[in-house]
Amino acid sequence: MLLTTFSRAVILSVLLLAGQTSWSASVLVAVAANFSKPMTEIAAEFEKATGHTAKLSFGSTGKFVSQLEHGGPFEVLLSADGKAPQRLVESGLAVGNSQFTFAIGRLVLWSAKPGYVDDQGKILATGGFKHIALADPKLAPYGVAAVEVLKKQGLFEKLQPLFVQGENIAQTFQFVSTGNAPLGFIALSQVIENGKIAKGSSWIIPRDEYSPIRQDAVLMKKGAENPAAPALLDYLKSAPALAIIEKYGYDLPKK
Amino acid sequence: MLTSADLDTLLLTFKVASISTALMMVFGTPLAWWLARTDSAWKGIINAVVALPLVLPPTVLGFYLLVMMGPVGVIGEFTTWLGLGTLPFTFAGLVVASVLYSIPFVVQPLQAAFTTIGKLPLEAAATLRASPLDTFFSVVVPLAKPGFLTAIILGFTHTVGEFGVVLMVGGNIPDKTRVVSVQIYNHVEAMEYSEAHWLAGVLLVFSFVVLLVLYTVLKTQPVTHQLK
Repeated sequence: MLLTTFSRAVILSVLLLAGQTSWSASVLVAVAANFSKPMTEIAAEFEKATGHTAKLSFGSTGKFVSQLEHGGPFEVLLSADGKAPQRLVESGLAVGNSQFTFAIGRLVLWSAKPGYVDDQGKILATGGFKHIALADPKLAPYGVAAVEVLKKQGLFEKLQPLFVQGENIAQTFQFVSTGNAPLGFIALSQVIENGKIAKGSSWIIPRDEYSPIRQDAVLMKKGAENPAAPALLDYLKSAPALAIIEKYGYDLPKK
Repeated sequence: MLTSADLDTLLLTFKVASISTALMMVFGTPLAWWLARTDSAWKGIINAVVALPLVLPPTVLGFYLLVMMGPVGVIGEFTTWLGLGTLPFTFAGLVVASVLYSIPFVVQPLQAAFTTIGKLPLEAAATLRASPLDTFFSVVVPLAKPGFLTAIILGFTHTVGEFGVVLMVGGNIPDKTRVVSVQIYNHVEAMEYSEAHWLAGVLLVFSFVVLLVLYTVLKTQPVTHQLK
C-alpha cells in the first residue's frame, strides 16, 4: 500500500539520518601558528571527504603543551616541532605510536620592500639595517633554524645585537610586514601564494644551511576513542592533503 | 632560582614603570585638572579618548601602535622627521606605549579628586590673594593627596603588569624591551615551569610588599574607595 511505502521511507530516512550522526564526529585540533593556512584548507577537504568536522585552534606549540598538560581539550596536536609531541608521549598524555612528521618547514629571509633582499642573502653580510627579526630560538623551531644559518655564515655575533624576536613565527612576520624590521627570517608558508612569493623580496634559504624543521602530529589519548581524530591523522597523509601542504611551500616527509 | 637574565628583566620593568609614571603625572595632572574644571564641549570627547585604553585589548592596542610607530605609520614618519628614527624595539618606544596604555589609571583618580575639592577652597584662596600656582600647590595638592597617591600606585602597578602591548612593540631585546611579564611568558612557552614559578613568585611578593607599605604605613585609601 501507498501508506506503508511512505512510512517505510520515513523509517528508512530516520535510520539513515541517525546513522549519519553517529558516524560523523567532530575533532578538536591544536595547530601550530605557521600551519594555519594549509590546515584551514585541509580541514575543508577532510570534511568533504569523510563527513567528519575538524575544529581548529591556532597558536604556539608551547602554549598548547601547557594547556594539554593541564587538562586542555585538544584531541590532536599539529606541532611546530618534534619535541612537543615527544614530551606528550613521554608524559603519557598522547598515544605512543601515533607521532609522525606531516610537513617539513622551509625558512626564508624576507623583506616587505621589493628589491631589498637579494636571492643569495648577501645582504646579511653587507648590513646597513638597524633590526633583523627572527622567532625566539628558545620558543620556535624557525628561530633555531635562523640562528643555525647565521652561525654557519659566521654572522651570528655581528648580527645578534640587531635581533628583534617574535614569540612565534606569526609575530615575527608582523614585525617585518609592518616595516619595523626591514628584514627577517620567517616561514616560507607565510609569504607563498600559489607556489610563488608574491610580495617584497626574499632569499629562500637552501636546505643544507639548517637542520630540517620537522613538524610532527600526535594523537592525544583524549581523542583515541573519537573516530574523527585518527581519521584526520590518516587524512594528513593522503594525496590531496600532501598536495596542499606542498603548495604552501613545505617539503614532504620521505616515505 | 633567578638567573641574572631574570633579574635584568625585573630591573628593566621597574625602570620602565618609574619613568612612565613620572611622565604620566607630568602630562596627566594638567589634563585631569582641565577635565575637572572645564565646561567645554570637548570634555566628553577627551574623557572618552582617555578611557579608550581601558576597553581596547592590549594586543590590539599594541598592534596598531606597531603599525603607527613603524616607518610608514603617522607617528613613525613624525619621529623619523625629528631625526629620532622609529620607536618600536626601543626603550623610548616602550615608555611611549606604556604611557598611552596606562594613562586612564592616572587621569581618572586625579580628575575625581579635583572634582571633589570643588570651587570653594579655590575661591577662598583667591580672596587671600594667592596666585593660581600658589593655590594649586598649597591648597589643591594637599587636598588631593589621596588622589595623587592612587594615581601613582595605579599608574606604576599597571605598567609593571602590562604584557600585550610590550609583546607587540618590544621585540624581546635584553635590557631594552624584555620586561618581566614577557620573560615569565617565555619561560612558560619554553616549558621552563620552575623558572617561571620563581620569577612570578618574586614579582608577586615584591608587588604585595609595595602595596602593603602604601596602604598600611602611608595609610593610603584603597583604590576602590577612590574610584567610587
